[in-house]
Amino acid sequence: MFRNQYDTDVTTWSPAGRLFQVEYAMEAVKQGSAAIGLRSKTHVVLASVNKANSELSSHQKKIFKVDDHIGVAIAGLTADGRVLSRYMRSECINYSYSYESQLPVGRLVVQLADKAQVCTQRSWKRPYGVGLLVGGLDESGAHLYYNCPSGNYFEYQAFAIGSRSQAAKTYMERKFETFTEASRENLIKDALFALRETLQGEKLTSSICTVAVVGIGEAFHILDKETVQALINEFEIAGEEAPADETAPQDQDGDAQPAAADQGPADQGVAPMDM
Amino acid sequence: MENSSYSLLSSEADSQRTLYPYVTGTSVIGIKYKDGILMVADMGGSYGSTLRYKSVERMKPVGKHSLIGASGEISDFQEILRYLDELTLNDSMWDDGNSLGPKEVHNYLTRVMYNRRNKFNPLWNSLVLGGVKNGQKYLGTVNMIGVHYEDNHVATGFGNHLARPILRDEWHENLSFEDGVKLLEKCMRVLLYRDRSAVNKLQIAKITDEGVTISQPYSLKTFWNFSAFQNPTVGAEGSW
Repeated sequence: MFRNQYDTDVTTWSPAGRLFQVEYAMEAVKQGSAAIGLRSKTHVVLASVNKANSELSSHQKKIFKVDDHIGVAIAGLTADGRVLSRYMRSECINYSYSYESQLPVGRLVVQLADKAQVCTQRSWKRPYGVGLLVGGLDESGAHLYYNCPSGNYFEYQAFAIGSRSQAAKTYMERKFETFTEASRENLIKDALFALRETLQGEKLTSSICTVAVVGIGEAFHILDKETVQALINEFEIAGEEAPADETAPQDQDGDAQPAAADQGPADQGVAPMDM
Repeated sequence: MENSSYSLLSSEADSQRTLYPYVTGTSVIGIKYKDGILMVADMGGSYGSTLRYKSVERMKPVGKHSLIGASGEISDFQEILRYLDELTLNDSMWDDGNSLGPKEVHNYLTRVMYNRRNKFNPLWNSLVLGGVKNGQKYLGTVNMIGVHYEDNHVATGFGNHLARPILRDEWHENLSFEDGVKLLEKCMRVLLYRDRSAVNKLQIAKITDEGVTISQPYSLKTFWNFSAFQNPTVGAEGSW
């Protein structure tokens, strides 16, 4: 995208019908470090790359527990991500208080999307510069959603956001049909494989990534370093082979889209809000 | 709105809050049975000691999965129905396949009742909330001070004193519909004999996974042919 006269504020349309400030916000998501999510019928796994600025500092926190049944992984302006996570936690706990039951994931993401939309239609605000992968469980099953700075949201079987996420998406595009019936262990391994793709040859260790799981009978929690490293060792020892596919590919979910909806760096003509 | 309530106990503020009920309904009883919940209430609305209104529907369906029964101030019950209407409307406007079950409605009502109690302006009711969602049966109660609990059988008002002892003895898991109705009618008959505000015109409601049915009003047969009632003045001839 080139600098032009229609991109100064979010309340100015371009002649081609685009809001450049919103598109620039989505650009910020692409610059953040990678985050991926995948789901089966019973579990959702979120994983992210956490690189520290220097050896002396700690890693950025990019995965947040929102409630026992929902977690979120972010990419982009992590400060914006923290604020939105706080909002999500607040909504979940208020719902629990009034209704003594868990907020359905689908309702939370709509509230989140509506909150993001407000910032695309006020002259004194700016869009949130963070993409959120919301993974959670409710009565209707396991869900994975992606929330955009534009105020759009989509449900996915598997998705990746942030820098070099296309590599992860390519891997997941090959394997996503096995995810629905995958076991918890294989789902986590697939997540780690996908994450490794975004590292472009750099060695995957538990110190540069974070993995979190939520499932039926399993509250959302971040896996500890030892567990993650053990899983990494397990498949690195086995060589380049991806984990065994247990069942024949089954296509069930009419709603879920394959992880191909993002755009490559060369896409300048297509308005990203058509995603 | 409440500028004049510098003290909640001053007489000016009194015109802003509920002090006593006017038109009241008496007991509601609810039980779990094999397929769901059975609830019964009579159709009386008393104005103090006068049995003034005799066609008051004190049980209403809520959303797809619940049934509410109320005793106490009828106008407050009507207000609660408006709250629930708004709640279920907003719930269905999400249009996302999720819906509020009886547990959620019960907890929402508990919050409403307790909050009003804290403001010294209660909704003068005792409510029974029952329902079935995804095969799971739920039966709970909440009253004007916010006390709430769930159980296999619940009742309000006099029902607590007269019906629940019968239910503690005779209720069991997986009652058939016929047995459930017989049990509730037995309780209502006792209440009819012993509760001054009971009227002999009642409705029974059932809620199952398929939905809500509220019966047409009907009356119970009563038995007055006790020997003590024949020649009642036999021991007191000549007296008042």
